[in-house]
Amino acid sequence: MAEIRFVRTAMLPPQEPPVSQIGAVRWVRENLFSGWLNGVLTVASAAFVVWLALHVGPWFMNAVWNAGSLAECREILAGTDGACLAVIRDRWPQLLFGFYPSELYWRPTLALLLLFVALAPALFPAVPRQLLWFSAIYPGLAYWLLWGGTLWFPVVALAGFAVGIAVFIALRPVLPLVAPFAGLVAPVFWWLFAVVPVTGLLAAVLPVGITPVRSDSFGGFTLSIIIGVTGIALSLPLGILLALGRKSDLFLVKTICVGFIEFIRGVPLITLLFTASLLLNYFLPPGTNFDIILRVVIMVTLFAAAYMAEVIRGGLAAIPRGQYEAADSLGLDYWKAMRLIVLPQALKISIPGIVNTFIGLFKDTTLVVFIGLLDPIGLSTAIRANTNWNGIYWELFLFIGAMFFVFCFGMSRYSMHLERRLKTDHR
Amino acid sequence: MAEPLHDITVDREIDRSRMRIGSEVAIQIAAMNKWFGTFHVLRDINMTVHRGERIVICGPSGSGKSTLIRCINRLEEHQSGRIVVDGTELTSDLKNIDKVRSEVGMVFQHFNLFPHLTILENCTLAPIWVRKVPRKEAEETAMHFLRKVKIPEQALKYPGQLSGGQQQRVAIARSLCMKPKIMLFDEPTSALDPEMIKEVLDTMIALAEEGMTMLVVTHEMGFARQVANRVIFMDQGQIVEQNEPEPFFSNPQSERTKLFLSQILRGH
Ligand SMILES: Nc1ncnc2c1ncn2[C@@H]1O[C@H](COP(=O)(O)OP(=O)(O)O)[C@@H](O)[C@H]1O
Ligand SMILES: [Mg+2]
Repeated sequence: MAEIRFVRTAMLPPQEPPVSQIGAVRWVRENLFSGWLNGVLTVASAAFVVWLALHVGPWFMNAVWNAGSLAECREILAGTDGACLAVIRDRWPQLLFGFYPSELYWRPTLALLLLFVALAPALFPAVPRQLLWFSAIYPGLAYWLLWGGTLWFPVVALAGFAVGIAVFIALRPVLPLVAPFAGLVAPVFWWLFAVVPVTGLLAAVLPVGITPVRSDSFGGFTLSIIIGVTGIALSLPLGILLALGRKSDLFLVKTICVGFIEFIRGVPLITLLFTASLLLNYFLPPGTNFDIILRVVIMVTLFAAAYMAEVIRGGLAAIPRGQYEAADSLGLDYWKAMRLIVLPQALKISIPGIVNTFIGLFKDTTLVVFIGLLDPIGLSTAIRANTNWNGIYWELFLFIGAMFFVFCFGMSRYSMHLERRLKTDHR
Repeated sequence: MAEPLHDITVDREIDRSRMRIGSEVAIQIAAMNKWFGTFHVLRDINMTVHRGERIVICGPSGSGKSTLIRCINRLEEHQSGRIVVDGTELTSDLKNIDKVRSEVGMVFQHFNLFPHLTILENCTLAPIWVRKVPRKEAEETAMHFLRKVKIPEQALKYPGQLSGGQQQRVAIARSLCMKPKIMLFDEPTSALDPEMIKEVLDTMIALAEEGMTMLVVTHEMGFARQVANRVIFMDQGQIVEQNEPEPFFSNPQSERTKLFLSQILRGH
């Protein structure tokens, strides 16, 4: 037997890979300089970024935060290049709240905070489902916080839904075919004819209310968010119904939906907004006070819903016929098949398009400036109209742009998170 | 693609004690015709299926086999004649259609599982929403049938994570969860590899052994020999020939049947 000269008793750790194969060096080679074209592009982009930083950087670093007017800013800067961010410091409450009474700023702020609470159960599955009850009353609560007045108005308005459900349940055993229809019509009648007298009565008996704020005091990001959030919340369900209607076998339903979608898509939003601000007054009976913000919200919703319908129709078209057949063969009726089988899959496919429409809608709220509402852009004009800040552009637009970016980027990130979470097909 | 043999047999003794054909009529089709536009796809179909029968339907591609069994649960609408399923006639009355659909299970060539739901949710969905069974009970029933098709351990996975054979067995379990009286199979093994074909056929045989009324469109002649009590041959929208499996294979009557059998059983 051969004599054993050496037996290793302790294992050596593996050797480090060569420098060219690890960490930063490898990453740079693979991602930045993997070919001569990529190398050139990398150098060019780096040069551009440096150039931008060299130009904008000093402007920012040199910014003046403490000044009462543009002239004062210039004095402090003394000819050097620098931003006059003092205008943001001076006017940020106005950019956020418009002409909302300053002692009541807490109300829109609270409404915004509660919005996140109300959204939480819809956005994140970890949040307890019971919170959905809060989400259900949130619209009324937010309305009350924002516009103030008697608490009875939103309560009585929300009660319209309860009226509809009650009518449906009461009629179902007697007139099963009429019940759903009556359940839809009853709330409309309630809102048209009962809300005002009932509210008046309850307010007289038990006055509970906070300082009312008129719609023309609303402005800035408060206004953008009100229009954007309401539009988003209403355009999705409306878009789904329109998309289903467009695919329906019922001729009348289909024609109405196609007509609506094609008409709204073929008209610029700004025309619809002008219609809302001017023309509607001609059609409505004289003396009706139809709130301008409500009119704008309706138009923005209809506009976004038409786009939404087309996005969702794309998702519906991607669902194989076998899914409908499987649902049918299991005995699911049309609405159950749609709700449980088809829409969950179609909406999941449509998430990028839906969020795209949401983001577009939110940014389009700035168009209301053309009908005299003071959205952030409108306010920037109003701020410049003041002699102190006459001639200031970049700083305001940067601030407004940054605010919009935060909201839109947030939506975009959430949608990516949602897509990952809902990915179950393992393709 | 290699020509499939269509003659996979399951090598175990088949328990025929509960395969009893009753006198009660499960499906009655009389003078039924169907057109797709101007194309006459089903011509004068007459057919009676008794409870407990296991019928294999075969025939060349495009002969109308799928259309025929899809008429039985109204996935396709017939234009003349009568179809009565378990005493309920199929008309445009939605109530009747719902009633028939909840009593007839269907298994498709491409499984058609719901990809956004887990296996368990696939199986409990219809019982909960159509039969109004409490969730807990529906889950117990689902697990019972998933054990029957031998994949209880996959209950919490999604369809995309399963092999084709496993998916088809889930599809069978999903139908069974509705406790159907009749099961329709439309080429349940055509999209599968040979070893998976076997596991699905095994499941179907187990179902036949329990006395289920089954209509199976398939070219698996081994299955037809072992399980069917009647084989129906269709061509160009007509029922050309029907017989018990033994005489059907050994002594086909019409030329069209002979030609078809010689093609399908090539290699023997
Ligand atoms: N929805 C449809 N519209 C028009 N023609 C159809 C439709 N479905 C099937 N067909 C035609 O009807 C015939 C029978 O089809 P099918 O029942 O699927 O045959 P099989 O299942 O026997 O292969 C074929 O010629 C097919 O092209
Ligand atoms: Mg077929």
